Amino acid sequence: MLQDKDRIFTNLYGAHSPFLEGAKSRGDWDGTKAIMDKGRDWIIDEMKASNLRGRGGAGFPAGIKWSFMPKEPGEKPGYLVVNADEGEPGTCKDRDIIRHDPHKLVEGCLLAGFAMGAVAAYIYIRGEFYREYETLQAAIDEAYEAGLIGENACGSGYKYDIFVHRGMGAYICGEETALIESLEGKKGQPRLKPPFPAACGLYGCPTTVNNVETIAVAPTILRKGGSWFAGMGRENNTGTKVFCISGHVNNPCNVEEEMGIPLKELIEKHAGGVRGGWDNLLGIIPGGSSVPILTKATCDTVLMDFDSLKAEGSGLGTAAVIVMDKSTDIVKAIARLSKFYMHESCGQCTPCREGTGWMSRVMDRLVDGEANIEEIDLLLEVTKQIEGHTICALGDAAAWPIQGLMKNFRPEVERRIVARKLEQGEGASASPEAA
Amino acid sequence: MPTLSIDGIEVTVEAGQTVLQACEAAGVEVPRFCYHDRLEIAGNCRMCLVEMEGGPPKPIASCAMPAGDNMVIKTNTPAVKKAREGVMEFLLINHPLDCPICDQGGECDLQDQSMAYGKDHSRYTEVKRAVKDKNLGPLVKTTMTRCIHCTRCVRFITDVAGVEELGAVFRGEHTEIGTYVEAALTSELQGNLIDLCPVGALTSKPYAFTARPWELRHTETIDVHDAVGSNVRVDTRGRQVMRVLPLLNEDINEEWISDKTRFACDGLAKRRLDAVYVKQEGKLQQSDWDTGFDAIRDRLDGVDGSKIAAIAGDLACAESMTALKDLMTALGSANIDCRQDGAKIGTGARGGYLFNTTIAGIENADFCLLVGTDPRHEASILNARLRKRYLQGGFTIYSVGAELDATFPVTELGAGSDVLADIIAGRHDVCSQMVKSTRGMIIVGQSALARADGAQVLAGLKAIAEKTDMVTSDWNGFNVLHNAAARVAGLDLGLVPGEGGMDVAGMQAAGAKGDLDVVFLLGADEIDTNAFGDAFVVYIGSHGDNGAHHADVILPAAAYTEKPGTYVNTEGRVQRAERATFPPGDGREDWTILRALSERLGQTLSYDSLPELRARMVEIAPQLAAIDEIAASDWGDFGTAGDLSSDDLALADTDYYLSNPVCRASDTMAECSDLKLNTAEGATGTHG
Repeated sequence: MLQDKDRIFTNLYGAHSPFLEGAKSRGDWDGTKAIMDKGRDWIIDEMKASNLRGRGGAGFPAGIKWSFMPKEPGEKPGYLVVNADEGEPGTCKDRDIIRHDPHKLVEGCLLAGFAMGAVAAYIYIRGEFYREYETLQAAIDEAYEAGLIGENACGSGYKYDIFVHRGMGAYICGEETALIESLEGKKGQPRLKPPFPAACGLYGCPTTVNNVETIAVAPTILRKGGSWFAGMGRENNTGTKVFCISGHVNNPCNVEEEMGIPLKELIEKHAGGVRGGWDNLLGIIPGGSSVPILTKATCDTVLMDFDSLKAEGSGLGTAAVIVMDKSTDIVKAIARLSKFYMHESCGQCTPCREGTGWMSRVMDRLVDGEANIEEIDLLLEVTKQIEGHTICALGDAAAWPIQGLMKNFRPEVERRIVARKLEQGEGASASPEAA
Repeated sequence: MPTLSIDGIEVTVEAGQTVLQACEAAGVEVPRFCYHDRLEIAGNCRMCLVEMEGGPPKPIASCAMPAGDNMVIKTNTPAVKKAREGVMEFLLINHPLDCPICDQGGECDLQDQSMAYGKDHSRYTEVKRAVKDKNLGPLVKTTMTRCIHCTRCVRFITDVAGVEELGAVFRGEHTEIGTYVEAALTSELQGNLIDLCPVGALTSKPYAFTARPWELRHTETIDVHDAVGSNVRVDTRGRQVMRVLPLLNEDINEEWISDKTRFACDGLAKRRLDAVYVKQEGKLQQSDWDTGFDAIRDRLDGVDGSKIAAIAGDLACAESMTALKDLMTALGSANIDCRQDGAKIGTGARGGYLFNTTIAGIENADFCLLVGTDPRHEASILNARLRKRYLQGGFTIYSVGAELDATFPVTELGAGSDVLADIIAGRHDVCSQMVKSTRGMIIVGQSALARADGAQVLAGLKAIAEKTDMVTSDWNGFNVLHNAAARVAGLDLGLVPGEGGMDVAGMQAAGAKGDLDVVFLLGADEIDTNAFGDAFVVYIGSHGDNGAHHADVILPAAAYTEKPGTYVNTEGRVQRAERATFPPGDGREDWTILRALSERLGQTLSYDSLPELRARMVEIAPQLAAIDEIAASDWGDFGTAGDLSSDDLALADTDYYLSNPVCRASDTMAECSDLKLNTAEGATGTHG
């Protein structure tokens, strides 16, 4: 259980002012110049020591990512791009960070940008977050006015700008290269990798794209030291994390907790438990809509971190915990996710463009059992034909929920098919055994 | 240079090449739809997936992965096959599978590759996607439901054609290729979209439903619609030319052709001269060869050579021009010309009328000055090479003359002749750029050379090119851009007025005064044939165009697809056209007409066969012996030093789509021309 002294987001619930004075009283912008004075290498080493893994879903170690940026300033400027296009269903942590603690992000932009030799940060914020955009812009304006960023950031002599760009609500623009395309004014479609953004990113310049939370925790890590952060959680899954708990719990919330907390403890302690008690639990999607669902049996024991969830065939993703109790029509829930991915596919590459529609249509039929038993395997095969064959991870994200459904709830899907067949008087040939 | 292993075969490829190119080098075939050598890499079809050992645990798109040293690539594993079959299935689920009624059938990438990676049945039982067709104008027909979204068309029209008119709108499975606001494409290279489209989404509108590929006979030949000499394949069914497709020639057209080259072929079947006509009682009457020849012999009886003249047209082959020149010499006339537009070139060194840099050489240039030329419409393929060079960076282009609608940024210096005079004198600002460039180019067009002071323009540009080191031992940046396929061969063969002879303008003046008795027009249609007054006009040609309108005798000849012929392109490259079909009716190959006529006139030409004629041709112009090559040309004196006139440099008022008799007979070209003119006037789809 996270102790209050180790809490990074001390204003996650908006009890205090999000603006500069309030932020300073919570310790933000404290000794920023001193940190910068220690130099780029020190910052990156400290980040590496903290073992902070990216909070956007993929979990790539942030310090290592920052170190990919050119050591010496070349002909082209470097950029930090902050991904605030929080679109993963179930996820609402970045919104609250920006809403209530924007200065953590602004200070993080400066320190991260300084560490990677960037000249500016672009914060790509989801278009629907209009109020959050206003708050963030106000915080940036304050920081400029206070000389914390701008011509001579914090009096360090470093020139640093921060720009906010509003997206237009496409889920795919949360993918880092699609985000860069969109930021450049083009259609948001993921780019081919390689080249990776660190070599050729925004406007063809070296670029690092990080999630809001990753950047926002950096100043505290640098103030308290990488070893402090690394001391929390489990090996290779260190530090704290904001979990977004939604669905059938008594008290849906965002909560900062230590990595590796047992899922059950997380829900019981912070979300008031599952509606109707833990035994009423059907399953949990532990990391946003793209990761496979877990059954209750797994939820009983699983720890909330990257490696534990991966071992269970799911993932931490954005740590958006979607809880479903036994009243949930699980097939319909996953069918809804399939429709979402079909709608959000950019249409660039074949498997995702054609496959998401196919999956969604089959899923829609499965809701009412309007299918043949064999189609379940066909559907699984389609998910396998998409998975790993696309330019970006949206194809995988569309495939996984269905794979999770079939792995954990296949009997329910089959039951519906058989029931429908029986209803229509075709029962004899429709039992799973016959198929 | 990375060395990698492809299915156990070691290959070394150049740095920067992709895994797919390495596979090709190893002789391993990789299926693909979106990848194309000459377009930017998109990597979106996912058909070219291969496995890479030690790489990510998923297949990689070989088209987009740079080849690296010691990579181990596997293209024949079950996983690769399964991945490709998966992609193929996805491509087909929303494809209409209407191959029996699709013009691409038989030459369709999707069809071919589905033979290797497709299933024999569909597992997709949902409703298929249907997409509304787009109207892209008179050339490219769309059936958008067939589209597999490879975006080759978008990349071609954006990068090669240089007009951003196509894009992908909407997203996911609703993605559509289109112009957003429906409009016809304006590129003169748009026909290449038809070749690029791997499926039947973009097909040829004029060719629609007329033939199947397996019914066609292919003839590899040369195009004559401009002076580029694009290599083409003429497809015929029976005697009719059904379509024209590009052939690969890295030195000339790469694998593109212009729309005129491709789509004017319906003009080969229309307005044809298929019988001899002789004017009797003021009207042309259908006749026969004997009567026609007799009429010419009777008219020539006793006429002095100085009162006979001949003009060779823009599409004439070198063989027929050789025969024409020999006939005129035999008749004692020095009045011969092949420059219908009156360009003041052809006298002096050969380098003075060639595109010396060569088309492929453009890619080595770093500076270009256009003088009185619109390459986009005079030589679209050469223009594509200029754009290609521009995209590589470090290439600045300036233009003197009328404002251009170019496909690359051009700094317009103005059309005033004082600008040109300043440049020639080395006074203009741009001259410092010319000096600075190490491989500079000047391209001068026929519009600048056809002026009264054309010879002075030519000499002046030569002088400044030499002064700014554009002509060195290993680089020649002085270029004349021709727009007539016959022109360079005509000049090589000396179809310019001899001692005391008249040029086209002189002939017209003499005709008006009644000093000219007989004029031979060898497919010459771009001049005012009224101007010959009462002179007796013999028209030898393929189409009932301007030249035939005022003829006294019409002798039907073969069009460029109907005879073997030699053409020399603007670079001075000698190429052979082949016969794809035969002329209609009584039409004959031009040189045989001249040979037969010479016999009737008692001046029998010395050759009875094509090889003999070609031997004679090479005797006159030895450089014509080296086929597919550019003979080293001399660089000596040409042009005439002197002051320029004060007239502005204008561009010849030629309609790109209607620039020669074949185009003018083509319904397709008429439609294109109409569209262009009407669009320019602001007409919209609701007009008329």
